[in-house]
Amino acid sequence: MDESIVFSITLSLRVAIVSTLLILVVGIPTAYFLARRDFRGREILDVVLTLPLVLPPTVTGYYLIVIFGRNGLLGHYLYDWIGLSITFTWYAAVLASFVVALPLMIKTARAAIESVDKNLINASYTLGHSEWHTATQVVLPLARRGIVAGTILSFARALGEFGATLMIAGNLPGKTDTMPIAIYNLASDGDWSRVHLMVLLLTLMSGVFLYAANRYSRRLL
Amino acid sequence: MGLQVQLVKKVNGFTLDVEWAIENQSAVLFGFSGAGKTMTLQLLAGLITPDVGRIVLDGACYFDHVKGINLPPQQRAFGYVFQDLALFPHMRVLKNILYGTTDLSKQANLEKARAMIHTFKLDGLESRYPHEISGGQKQRVALARALMRQPHALLLDEPFSALDRPLRHEMRNYLLTIKDLFKIPIILVTHDIDEASSIADTLIIYDHGRIVQTGSPQQLRSQPVNTVVSRLLSVY
Repeated sequence: MDESIVFSITLSLRVAIVSTLLILVVGIPTAYFLARRDFRGREILDVVLTLPLVLPPTVTGYYLIVIFGRNGLLGHYLYDWIGLSITFTWYAAVLASFVVALPLMIKTARAAIESVDKNLINASYTLGHSEWHTATQVVLPLARRGIVAGTILSFARALGEFGATLMIAGNLPGKTDTMPIAIYNLASDGDWSRVHLMVLLLTLMSGVFLYAANRYSRRLL
Repeated sequence: MGLQVQLVKKVNGFTLDVEWAIENQSAVLFGFSGAGKTMTLQLLAGLITPDVGRIVLDGACYFDHVKGINLPPQQRAFGYVFQDLALFPHMRVLKNILYGTTDLSKQANLEKARAMIHTFKLDGLESRYPHEISGGQKQRVALARALMRQPHALLLDEPFSALDRPLRHEMRNYLLTIKDLFKIPIILVTHDIDEASSIADTLIIYDHGRIVQTGSPQQLRSQPVNTVVSRLLSVY
């Protein structure tokens, strides 16, 4: 395999791993609050976080530019304060993967948390345990199969992210060309032998992750 | 001392409006389904909030709508055994029982749990999961877990309804043991008149969210105040 293919694979894995870690940190508490707390705007928050699942990735990418671009709603603060512009960097690829894959985590984890028997939670409270203790010792362990399945699905989705990444991270060979983008470039150039190789690799990797997600969620059912 | 209860709660067209008090004795809340018995236990434990009322256990006020007192379930000294027992399926028997206490050192908790395991004849089952033990054993684990924090009163929501007759009988004996050993009020919800008469010092008869009569099983049998009471005591 030549250098550019190795670069794309490494970049894709790095982007997928970092965005999945962010998804764990943000997704699990969010899913917990959506499942267990009744607050104003709960369903609206759910809709906003789920939108990237159904919107065309270009539209999601557009919003990311509007928010995080150098002149964006938040982006200009980042640029003014620390001189950071994330557009056209691998950070932007992480951001795109994060936003697009997050709903998969939230949906699966929320459903799993909601299905935990309320009496077990009540029992924990009557035994003197705080909500935090109950969440970490009872709710999340019992929802673990949904959380693990959500993590694997998010990772696989992050690995395959193309449209939003292209919008905000651009198509810079040797810098932001993740596997899906590299495949697009190689196909445009008519370099079919490398396309075949990359497509095969990406399909295999994604297939293995989906198989693992299915196996895991069924085994613990 | 003992437990003083006054509760009003309206939910979806149903109104619970009850007032009763017991000393260190066992009281059975008895009545047809939907009379508000389970709801009473949930209100006592703080799992739902009364609209109006007052809950005082051993002189400690847990709820008072006038004074604006409403302690969370964690701060109420009730042991609660749920109808479905609510054992944690991912914890072994020992861990389920240990989960019942929060305050002592690790070593002290372990000793206390071992004593409970012995009292409830669960020796040898410590490392089993709830799905690996029998129905009667599960009941005993639930009782042991609820007693770990040394509650000042024990709430039991039809915990024996899933058991067959001989086992129910055995569980009643455990309740009598608990009464002797822990000397705390026991509030039991049941449908079963045999169970009610054998355990209750006081029967509190519920009907449509209200109390129709209170007294010892003998009193109620000899002088039922209306047909609801006589039907309840004979039909069941």
